[in-house]
Amino acid sequence: MNHGLESYEATMAQKDEIVKASVGLNYAQYRTGVLAFDYEKLLEDTGYDVTTAAAIQRQTAVGNTPLVELKNITALVRTTAASGKGARIFVKDEAANPSGSFKDRRASLSVHEAAKRGYAGVAAATSGNYGAAVASQAAKAGLRCIIVQEAFDSQNIAQPEIAEKTRACEAYGAEVIRLSVGPELFYVYLHVLKDTGYFNASLYTPYSIIGIETLGFELAQQVKLHTGQFPDAVITTHAGGGNVTGTARGLIKAGATESQMIAASVDLSGLHMASDHDFNRKSFTTGHTGFSMPFTTWPDRADVPRNAARALRYMDRFVTVTQGEVFYVTQVLAELEGLQRGPAGNTSLAAAFAIAREMDRDKIVVVQETEYTGAGKHPLAQLNLAKKLGIRISRGNPKDNQPGKRIVIPQHPSQLSVIDIDLDTVRRSYIRHALEHVPQGESLSAIDLQFLAEETRTNQAYVEETIDELHRKAG
Amino acid sequence: MTDMYRAEKGTWVEIHSKVLSAGERAPQVPQDTQGIPLVMRTKGFLLQAANIGDEVEIETCAGRHLTGTLVVINPAYTHTFGPPIDELTTIGREVKAILKERGTNQ
Repeated sequence: MNHGLESYEATMAQKDEIVKASVGLNYAQYRTGVLAFDYEKLLEDTGYDVTTAAAIQRQTAVGNTPLVELKNITALVRTTAASGKGARIFVKDEAANPSGSFKDRRASLSVHEAAKRGYAGVAAATSGNYGAAVASQAAKAGLRCIIVQEAFDSQNIAQPEIAEKTRACEAYGAEVIRLSVGPELFYVYLHVLKDTGYFNASLYTPYSIIGIETLGFELAQQVKLHTGQFPDAVITTHAGGGNVTGTARGLIKAGATESQMIAASVDLSGLHMASDHDFNRKSFTTGHTGFSMPFTTWPDRADVPRNAARALRYMDRFVTVTQGEVFYVTQVLAELEGLQRGPAGNTSLAAAFAIAREMDRDKIVVVQETEYTGAGKHPLAQLNLAKKLGIRISRGNPKDNQPGKRIVIPQHPSQLSVIDIDLDTVRRSYIRHALEHVPQGESLSAIDLQFLAEETRTNQAYVEETIDELHRKAG
Repeated sequence: MTDMYRAEKGTWVEIHSKVLSAGERAPQVPQDTQGIPLVMRTKGFLLQAANIGDEVEIETCAGRHLTGTLVVINPAYTHTFGPPIDELTTIGREVKAILKERGTNQ
């Protein structure tokens, strides 16, 4: 039966007003140019900083997670490294948060804010750990909660990791709306917001990003306490950009301004994110290029008008790893370190393995998150589903991994590597998207050019040169 | 018809409804997705006794009243791990052997 929702077009036309009421933020007031807006002011006006965020998080046992040195994995890396190479690898065990991932940090300020402002409930559009985090925080705050997930394909086969998130959200007492594949999830989500008047605990509000700053801040302090120095590199599993943005901001606030920020994603090239056929052939639900490429090259595609997660401002390096490498390293983490975590969060661990190999032995690399493991949320569940769908699983050279067709588990730890994404190409792609968003009849001001320089971590000359080049190509 | 198809008022159930028909999908979705409807499944407490396949109303955990087709009574969580995967089972032994060999050599 059709359940009497307003039409797709009619609902999407009300998007701005529904979203505005649901986050209680007037994004328009931060606009400073045709494209430019005052990013820092948007975050600052929330009234939260890294200290107040940490105090709120302490009330629900969020944060203060252990920093664990992965000595056995470091030893394994060194067996594959040149003499004198093989940096020490640490991991921030974020699975120790109440709902089992760093997403509790993102949910905590949103739920706190929703309760403070008297909203009756909170809602979030997410198929991942974030749903469990919002549901957990809402339970503690006594707020109602609705999570909207993209959960199953047209054969009614649920992605096992999302099925586990459904269970977790329901365990925390949330209403879970499970949808088949498609970006019209946002349409259903707008209906939920309009129908309930709940707070939109979007992953991309300033609250969500400030909530992650505590992770970077803690991490810097813990590494310093433990080793006497700040980390040389911090590797972050990268999807929508919040993890990179919040962690980097927290590191900077702790004084770790020299730490290299490396974003790592699972390569899912060739698979379409809105394809019903491809949905269950991804074998990963997050931390993959299907999110990280579009969000890095244009962050304002989120469910709020201006995304507070702006990863390109903060990343020094952007790398990909293969599906098989992440599954391999997940098994190694369990058997050498006694930590059953991931798999999705281990994307950055797979990257760390390869990156530490190239660094001197006295250097420090930190993998900034783990996530809980469980039924469905495990390499076995993903690989069994992959097999059922005809994806070939084999041991071999990770370079032969083909998303959706074959998953190649490395034969030897020396085969783990990263592929660098050219940041210059990413920056040009960002600027191209930005130009597409300039309303007709309007032109960029000096403020806009400065904004684009900040967005791409370049300078005005670079931005102008890129714009000229794009115009030449188009013309 | 046996009782397994009938649910009393207050039973925890799952309902199904169609949100968008094939052909009504958003313009940006790829062709395979265009050809199928967007459907929704939600759980809640049944507000009146009903049989599988009936149009029913439920109260969700958030207290909302939603309508749809009754599809499952007391829906199970069936996600699991499945059997061990050969390509993963020997990794632990392999890396421990590498460490042991290197330990002896150093």
